[in-house]
Amino acid sequence: MASLIGYYSLIVGGFLSFFIIIFSVKNFKSSETLDNRIIFFSFLQLLLVFISFLGLIISFINSDFSNETVFNHSHTTKPLLYKIAGTWGNHEGSLLLWLLVLTLFIFLFILKSKKQPTKYVILTLLFQQIIIVGFFIFILKTSSPFNYIFPVPKEGLGLNPILQDPALAIHPPILYLGYVGSSIIFSSTLSAVTLNYITKKWASHIKQWVLISWIFLTLGILLGSIWAYYELGWGGFWFWDPVENVSLMPWLALTTLIHCILVLEKRSFLTSWVVILSISTFTLSMSGTFLVRSGILNSVHTFANDPERGLYILLFLFSLIFLSLFIFFFFHKQNENFKISLSFLSKETFILINNWFMMYFLSVVLIGTIYPIFLEVILSEKISVGPPFYHKLIVPFLIPFLFFMTIGPKLKWMKSDLSKKINLIVFFIISLLVASLIVKNLKIEFLLNTILITFSFYLFFVTLSDFVSKKYKNLPQNIAHFGFSLFIISILFNNIFTTEIITNLKVGEKFESENYKIKFENLYQKDKKNFKSIIGKFKIENSQGDVEIMEPELRIYNQPNISTSEADIRTNLLSDKFITMNIVQNQEYFNIRYQTKPFMMWIWLSVLLITISGFVSFFKKKYEN
Amino acid sequence: MYGKKVKLRFFFIISIIIVLVLSVFLILKSLEENVVYFQSPSEINKFSEFEKKKIRIGGMVKEDSIKANSNEISFVITDFKNEINVVYSGVVPNLFEEGKGVVAEGFLKDKNFFLASKILAKHDENYMPPEVKAALGEN
Repeated sequence: MASLIGYYSLIVGGFLSFFIIIFSVKNFKSSETLDNRIIFFSFLQLLLVFISFLGLIISFINSDFSNETVFNHSHTTKPLLYKIAGTWGNHEGSLLLWLLVLTLFIFLFILKSKKQPTKYVILTLLFQQIIIVGFFIFILKTSSPFNYIFPVPKEGLGLNPILQDPALAIHPPILYLGYVGSSIIFSSTLSAVTLNYITKKWASHIKQWVLISWIFLTLGILLGSIWAYYELGWGGFWFWDPVENVSLMPWLALTTLIHCILVLEKRSFLTSWVVILSISTFTLSMSGTFLVRSGILNSVHTFANDPERGLYILLFLFSLIFLSLFIFFFFHKQNENFKISLSFLSKETFILINNWFMMYFLSVVLIGTIYPIFLEVILSEKISVGPPFYHKLIVPFLIPFLFFMTIGPKLKWMKSDLSKKINLIVFFIISLLVASLIVKNLKIEFLLNTILITFSFYLFFVTLSDFVSKKYKNLPQNIAHFGFSLFIISILFNNIFTTEIITNLKVGEKFESENYKIKFENLYQKDKKNFKSIIGKFKIENSQGDVEIMEPELRIYNQPNISTSEADIRTNLLSDKFITMNIVQNQEYFNIRYQTKPFMMWIWLSVLLITISGFVSFFKKKYEN
Repeated sequence: MYGKKVKLRFFFIISIIIVLVLSVFLILKSLEENVVYFQSPSEINKFSEFEKKKIRIGGMVKEDSIKANSNEISFVITDFKNEINVVYSGVVPNLFEEGKGVVAEGFLKDKNFFLASKILAKHDENYMPPEVKAALGEN
């Protein structure tokens, strides 16, 4: 029943686009004020898509296996949370979520843009409707979440156990708010270009939307990363896996876009940057969806390998890119009565330099991600590009990047000289001393590490001193840059100081090394609702004599019959202890990995801090208005 | 002859081109060094020389071939035509089982002996790496 209501409200919702477009075109021609019917129909469309989505959720909760999507991805013994999360844990449901967010954002946009020119709002709505119609057709034609199966099966196939996790339950909706949020930026930029409305006023209006999208994208990536850390059992948080990269690319574009919009708002230039970046952010989000959904990249995210779906998204994507490039080349005018004089020592120059660095990072990630795909299609040669590629190409360039990030905010717009030079020099010397003291006693490459740590500390100290001394002139920037310095420092130390022991042990056996004694004490079993868990008890003693009992777990799920290993992680402010256990088939041995990972928590906290800076910027703006 | 502005703009464009060429060169060079190729046991059987380059091998874990001691796990990867012995000290993924698909990354010591540094995790019991599918399908 819920499925049926969901299906029909989805169809009716799709037809509403037709009316919205007709009213909008009429309204656009004779535009004085915004036609109320447009607002009403947009709201109705949002409501219908919401009902449809709710229908799917209810089908999942009731385990209605006459619905094919529910049958494929749910099971009666699954806990309620994961029944609900199962709604978007699959291809069809997650696309419905895309559509819901698309309609939600355009409705909010119409409500929030009353002060903007009517023509601009209507044109934005029209561009957004193109995307919305595209998704309606895509869902109804290739990926309907409401397909009926008869005879009705008694039991569903279940959800992949590694997706049954609280962080992953909310990861997709949050990430989607970021991805799909960029659709509004895309539509409104195209509309602003067409109407030649790329102005300071437009910049401060669109900035809010960029911030929302950026905040959610950052949070979404963070959640995925935390999940990968404790669930995949490798003890890392970023693997340069293509599916991770496709979320990083729009993030890089979006972060650059925020900086460009700041320049546009103050100095009304970098308009081409803003337009190109708005277009790229959304197309990167779309291609991300294409790559992970089409089955080209294999991962947990691949739900179905249906070539028709991939082909559709690809065609849709190309027509959107074509449309936006057409608009960019034929409508975009450089502001000609405004002569730009760039002086080297100015905020905008430094932002511009770091924009180029960001674009470089983006191209590295892009090439590393798609090169293997191209090579396979063209030469049918199978390759993979691993972390060393990214590290080698990105890490050295972080040094100048960090430097410009430190000095840039110290400069004024237009033209300036460095004030408080002495402070900056003193901080640099302190950072250099601290860094060389740290690196000196370690067995790592001296030069690169010292310079890298120096510049991270430099950013750290300078932003920290701003917190103390400044009267919060630019709080969001300050928090964000401080968070970034903390992020880089934590990652560096995490990499340098991580220790790892890998061994195979039988029950009762003991592993001894210089620093650690690990004893495999015993093994016991617990039965849970939809899985059996086998827990190993380990006694770990370090060289100082501290003893810790850790209990990693193996879970054997009933449906589907898959085992996962759950790491046991002990977190404190300075360091994480991390242990995983795996069965070696037909042997009495268990495969054990024990790691100590310093500053793990600070990696998460620093990203959270960066996200908070977005919130501060968002609300500060509101407050000022 | 040309104004200062024209010269400046010319200089600017040239420097951008240089930077672009340099970064493309850098990316491609690094790509060449860090790419890991994928091979099946049969392809390796045709090798005449063994490079000291990291590769990936994919196939099935042969039945009754997994052995373990306290430091290492050894097993045989087969594509039902040719086989290769793999020795590995590290973490095995959950779905590492006999009769299931596997991808090992590491260095080839000779035709029959592979020293693995990583075994790739699979997340789904029905899932077979596309490389493995292709390698098995070819035979």
